[in-house]
Amino acid sequence: MNSELAHITGSVIISQNKVYKDGELIWEHDPKAEISVFMRAAYDQFSGQYPKFHKMDALSKLGWLAAEVLVKDSDIATCKPEEVGLLLSNRSSSLDTDVRYFETVKEFASPALFVYTLPNIVMGEISIRHGFKGENTFFVSDSFDADLMSNYASQLMATTSLKRCLVGWVEVMEQQYEVTMFLIGDKAHGLAQPLTAKALTSLYHNK
Amino acid sequence: MQVFVVADNIVSPLGNTTRENFDKVLQGSSGITRHENTTFADAPFFGALMAPGQLDDYIAPYNLAGYTRFEKMVIVSVASVLEQTGISLSDSRTGFIVSTTKGNIELLEQHYGNKIPLPEMQLSHTAKKIGKYFNAVNDPIVISSACISGLVAVLTGRRLIASGRYDHVVVTGADAFTRFVLSGFQSFQAVSAQPCQPFDTNRSGVTLGEGAATILLSKDSTNATFLVGDGGISNDANHISGPSRTGMELANVMQQAIERSGLTPGEIDFVSAHGTATLYNDEMEAKALHHAGLATVPVNSLKGYYGHTLGAAGLIEAIISMQAAKAGVILPTKGFETLGVSMPVKVANQLQNKECRHFLKTVSGFGGCNAAMVFTNI
Repeated sequence: MNSELAHITGSVIISQNKVYKDGELIWEHDPKAEISVFMRAAYDQFSGQYPKFHKMDALSKLGWLAAEVLVKDSDIATCKPEEVGLLLSNRSSSLDTDVRYFETVKEFASPALFVYTLPNIVMGEISIRHGFKGENTFFVSDSFDADLMSNYASQLMATTSLKRCLVGWVEVMEQQYEVTMFLIGDKAHGLAQPLTAKALTSLYHNK
Repeated sequence: MQVFVVADNIVSPLGNTTRENFDKVLQGSSGITRHENTTFADAPFFGALMAPGQLDDYIAPYNLAGYTRFEKMVIVSVASVLEQTGISLSDSRTGFIVSTTKGNIELLEQHYGNKIPLPEMQLSHTAKKIGKYFNAVNDPIVISSACISGLVAVLTGRRLIASGRYDHVVVTGADAFTRFVLSGFQSFQAVSAQPCQPFDTNRSGVTLGEGAATILLSKDSTNATFLVGDGGISNDANHISGPSRTGMELANVMQQAIERSGLTPGEIDFVSAHGTATLYNDEMEAKALHHAGLATVPVNSLKGYYGHTLGAAGLIEAIISMQAAKAGVILPTKGFETLGVSMPVKVANQLQNKECRHFLKTVSGFGGCNAAMVFTNI
């Protein structure tokens, strides 16, 4: 696939209560803090102006936070809504919330939890926040499939109206989480690496 | 590059072959019946479930001890398309895509109060187990994009062939009827107390269903029945559990699908809509049909025959629509009588004879996602 149209222009990694942007540690929280405490602190650090955040499940909160950091100071706002897309993936789908939701079914099934029992909801939350209306697909795999994600993102950039695409891995199961998100663009800004599986894999571990 | 449909299958309450399913739909039969079954709900409900023993009959030719209900449905459906063609998943040029919203979520219900078998509920684990049954050499690609998963899987398969990644792709999708999903839609007050009535003035929500369906895509036109046109996916960026207020985002992908396939709206012979029969979905779709220049094109929803089969819906409905196009008919929207959306659209309410060359399949789902794709009769 022609990757000249697609460049990795930024990356965000959220792992072990630390946040990295473009490979640099930009913020860290008490490593012993529980995930809920960490996510709240990260929200205060990076946003603080989006009350809907508090209704989200952990998967949506983590993806939302990563997107918040990733698109800050980027030129993504110059794109039309349908020119920005999302390709996200993880291992556990929405199982973390599935288990919580099913706990409520016996007494009073919770619609507020049920809506989060789909992994693609995180893409909906990010799209609502930033007004992204382009291609979006959620993949599930054992581990980050750099090959599929790089090739498919390149293909979408070449054959659809997409000019930017958020590509990544947003995994959470109970206290364990791992988030990596890349900004892909049609111009060589920022990190300006051609979009290849090798480059994605290398940046994935760059923290 | 052109991509073709070379085989397909549906496993549902209406049968375990495409032929049997289409014949039932053509006769006006529905899989939806009233159930009193405390496995799924404390009160009676309507749903399109396979009858007791039905799936057991379907799996009789196969050795499927140790597989879940979800896995059995998928295996029976995939086996059918492979048997029809001689294309094999053990060929490195054959890709495998599995679409589902909830996979083995039934295990959560079965093990409630005990240790939950989380590994068996991981979708990629489930897909690999199915792949292994067919000696698949490529890791399955799992797509879980809510109610649009099935059609997104077909579009993704088409793209993976067009990019040269694969020569053939087995695209399968399934979801089983579960207490998990029924209770969730009920908690939203979104389940109809009667069999669902898409686009009707009296519609009051969805009826859920279950099933598996498989389409075998190929770059090779041998045995081809349909040409897979282009398509697109969009997001409303509006609400996670309610559709767009304007329908513009669905309209955009309808237009993209038509234009990228080199067509105009006037060349679309019918639209197979999502038509879940919730108040808001059907209203949004009617607006989208208008915006896309499709207000005068016959439109139907097949939810009255199958209920909402979630991850299988896009596949089941595309397959039945291909059969209808081949037969030269437009299928009526079962459950529909009086138009109940604010924009006038041409909802098919009786069987019509019409030569069909191109149809558009659309889907929309939670998370604000929409997809549309063109299929061309050859």
